[in-house]
Amino acid sequence: MMSVPETDILPRTVDLADDPHLPERLNRIWETAPGLYGWISSVDHKSIGRRYIVTAFVFLLLGGLEALVIRLQLASANQHVVTPEQYDQLFSMHGITMIFLYALPVLSGFSNFLFPLVLGARDMAFPRLNAFSYWVYLAAGLFMYASFLMGAAPDDGWFNYAPNSLPAFSPGPNMDFYALGMIFLGVSTTVGAANFVVTVLRMRAPGMTLARMPILVWGTFSASAGILLAVPAVSLAFFLLWLDRTFGTKFFSSSDAGQPLLWQHLFWIFAHPWVYIIVLPAMGLVSDALPILCRRPIVGYGLVAGATVATMIIGFGVWAHHMFATGLPPIASAYFSAASFIIAIPSAVATFAWIATIWSGRPQFTTAFLYFAGFIVMFVIGGMSGVVTAAAPADLQITDTYFVVAHLHYVLIGINLFGVLGGLYFWFPKMTGRLLGERLGRWNFWVTFIGFNAAFMPMHLTGLMGMPRRVYTYPADPGLNLVNLISTLGSDVLGVGILLFLINVWLTLRRPRTAPANPWNAPTLEWSLPSPPPAYNFAVIPTVASRHPLWEDRMDNRSGRSVLDRGLALDDGKEALATTVLEARPDAVLKMPGDSPWPFALAAMMSVFFSALLSQSWWIGAASIIGLMVCTVIWLWPERRLAQTAEPPNV
Amino acid sequence: MSAPLGLFHPAGPSAQQIAPLLWGLIWLSILVVVLIILALGLALISRGRGRADPLRVVTEESRRGLRWIYGATGASVLVLLVLVGWTWETMASTSSPPAPTAFTVDVSGAQWWWRFTYEPQNGTPGFATANELHIPVGVPVRFRISAEDVIHSFWIPALGGKTDAIPGQVNDAWLEADKPGTYSGQCSEYCGQEHAEMALLVVAEPQASFDAWRSHQTATAAPALGATGETVFVQNCGRCHTVRGTAATGMLGPDLTHLMSRSTIAAGMLSNSRGNLAGWIANPNGIKPGAKMPAVPLSGPQLQAVLTYLSTLT
Repeated sequence: MMSVPETDILPRTVDLADDPHLPERLNRIWETAPGLYGWISSVDHKSIGRRYIVTAFVFLLLGGLEALVIRLQLASANQHVVTPEQYDQLFSMHGITMIFLYALPVLSGFSNFLFPLVLGARDMAFPRLNAFSYWVYLAAGLFMYASFLMGAAPDDGWFNYAPNSLPAFSPGPNMDFYALGMIFLGVSTTVGAANFVVTVLRMRAPGMTLARMPILVWGTFSASAGILLAVPAVSLAFFLLWLDRTFGTKFFSSSDAGQPLLWQHLFWIFAHPWVYIIVLPAMGLVSDALPILCRRPIVGYGLVAGATVATMIIGFGVWAHHMFATGLPPIASAYFSAASFIIAIPSAVATFAWIATIWSGRPQFTTAFLYFAGFIVMFVIGGMSGVVTAAAPADLQITDTYFVVAHLHYVLIGINLFGVLGGLYFWFPKMTGRLLGERLGRWNFWVTFIGFNAAFMPMHLTGLMGMPRRVYTYPADPGLNLVNLISTLGSDVLGVGILLFLINVWLTLRRPRTAPANPWNAPTLEWSLPSPPPAYNFAVIPTVASRHPLWEDRMDNRSGRSVLDRGLALDDGKEALATTVLEARPDAVLKMPGDSPWPFALAAMMSVFFSALLSQSWWIGAASIIGLMVCTVIWLWPERRLAQTAEPPNV
Repeated sequence: MSAPLGLFHPAGPSAQQIAPLLWGLIWLSILVVVLIILALGLALISRGRGRADPLRVVTEESRRGLRWIYGATGASVLVLLVLVGWTWETMASTSSPPAPTAFTVDVSGAQWWWRFTYEPQNGTPGFATANELHIPVGVPVRFRISAEDVIHSFWIPALGGKTDAIPGQVNDAWLEADKPGTYSGQCSEYCGQEHAEMALLVVAEPQASFDAWRSHQTATAAPALGATGETVFVQNCGRCHTVRGTAATGMLGPDLTHLMSRSTIAAGMLSNSRGNLAGWIANPNGIKPGAKMPAVPLSGPQLQAVLTYLSTLT
């Protein structure tokens, strides 16, 4: 129907039916070599996405085990399961793990896997950078966890307030692990975000205008733009902290014109946007998958997409609501308080849109749907407790109590983990070729849902009873004992729920790959591909004419028909199509780099570099800088086949 | 609810002005959650499970759905704006005390105890005490809050919200208790290993008893009866602790001039008894791991002499 627009370059347009050998040719071009070398070198976004998810889940389990020990210590007053020092390391690493090593990476995994598939592209914009981003994430995670081996894990909480993080109060290497680890991890986050932004803007299939992108793309796009603006603040903060600790500068010290509050501003101007960064892509997953399970397009697509962007923007203007008690000027508190109320509006829009979608659709009660419905309930609970804390005077009473612990877990587990688990039930067939068991899935959902609420609902009360956060024990008061015991039992049930999920995955992976291409009758491009998709994703580049390419024949759609079986072949080497930013018109043929072990080598060399900084082995550090340069040069060494020359049509 | 740090029984004007906002927001939240769950439940049953034709897609544009989004969002915006107004109103009314403050106490957080320094007032000298504040009932008191090492947070839930104690910075706050009583407080910003054991007590009493307490606190220690105990104390403890009227003038630890007037030791961890004091002096880290007070090597008789001496610091 829709012809491929004219461009300067006219590569071959084929009908899939006319060229039955095209998939084989493409497979030879795109396939990753077998064996360890291939595994280390692969730049296939689908492998990288799956690795992200698996690694993030391992960290989720580690953080979860830490939480279970914490809950055991708090099961009743005056317990001695761990020492105060061990407790401080456990709650700090629990937060660091969940927020930095699980919550964003698991969403990066989804986005890495899904972006090219839902955008109709063959890969991410920068495949090697993509591999690099994963390896750096893994290395930075291992770097931070190495602190446990030395018995010196970070112990000042995830927000790591100065001056308690300075050598006078924390002389061991604990904080150095955190400071350097975060700078290290920031490299991964930054390059990953840049890759997502460029991929969204330039790699969409022809015809996929901005208004035809799935919401999950809006979510990760907004979050990635947020990352590019927010992460510099935290990398700087941790760098200054490292200078303070290593060379005795005084940025955050209370003496010599240092300023402890500078840390809080630098940290929260990063960390509050970060909260939205680790929920918006999950909200995107739900906004796409939930309507499919309701057999209708989402109600209010534009509103939800706009709400996503608005949340990220307003998210940059509320950071000091973490600091109401620090003695802010009243006018600042008044502003930050009001802004924190206002940021609820876009979240409310999304919630109402989800409910309208269920209302006017025909919900299919799959496990994924249950997770999404649970997600909505917990999103509202976490959102409303957030509204309570937005009121500065009320916040002065409940901040730093268990009320806030309850709030943040409803937000992070409710939105991120429930969105992710639902998303896994939904996209698992696309990722692995296998459908997760539905019967065990129900059990998994209900046990997780009940366990979660039993653990965290009572914490609202624990906070109103005045129990501060981050205490290794509490006064032996019968009321406090009771709510804490319920939370501990609930956390154990939640742990069983997660275990059921792992069992389900394990059982499913033992079965053959029988999942159909489109088990949910979904409308988006990834479901037009086999499960799992071939290395090259799309044999011909599709042309998109609506938001629901696979539903066009079933919908009263005036916008025309997408073309999936005829398009650019791009089989002259490893090629992908770049399109224009707004209208997604074909713009250039991209010569994509092949598999390479050098991103891995560079990440490994960075581990040496950061370990040298940690141990203050300056000569090794200097040598590793040379190593870093060598790896970079080899990685970027010009290759003739990557030359971006104009191609003669139909050679 | 019996919880001593609970927010259920506000006992002073600041906490009482915050309470309606806090509890109003909580009840409103519960209402919203219930309404959303109802809406979700209705949405789930409205169309049934639609097994008839799994391929069929609902194609009609949902004008009703859009109207619901706009309507519900509009209502939310109105409610949120009202809440902003209510918040600002509460901020304004709690920002300054209802009456001029009677006097000022300098609060200083330290790992892991509280130093309270009463400023001189009407010719009576100032004095320092630790972990236990006394205030007169019905009069606002001004607090100048800072810290000696890391960030702490000064919080007496029944009387008002938190104010962070930040080294190198002085934060102003005021509190008032309406009726006599003992109110619990707690450090509420993570401040290191013993953050959990950094409590404080506020004793609110009628003006006359408060005045009596104050004039007693300004007095120096009575001349020691047991001279041995004082000597041992000054030699072993005096570099960190002050007992006014003796050669013990250390500033690192709490002022002990009227130790026996306090009901607890070790920042609310133990009741103030001879046995607890003995255990604490013998091995502070055994009771409060990480505590900055060193175990001073005293012989048994020396320890007993010190305890006897401390018991005279009424």
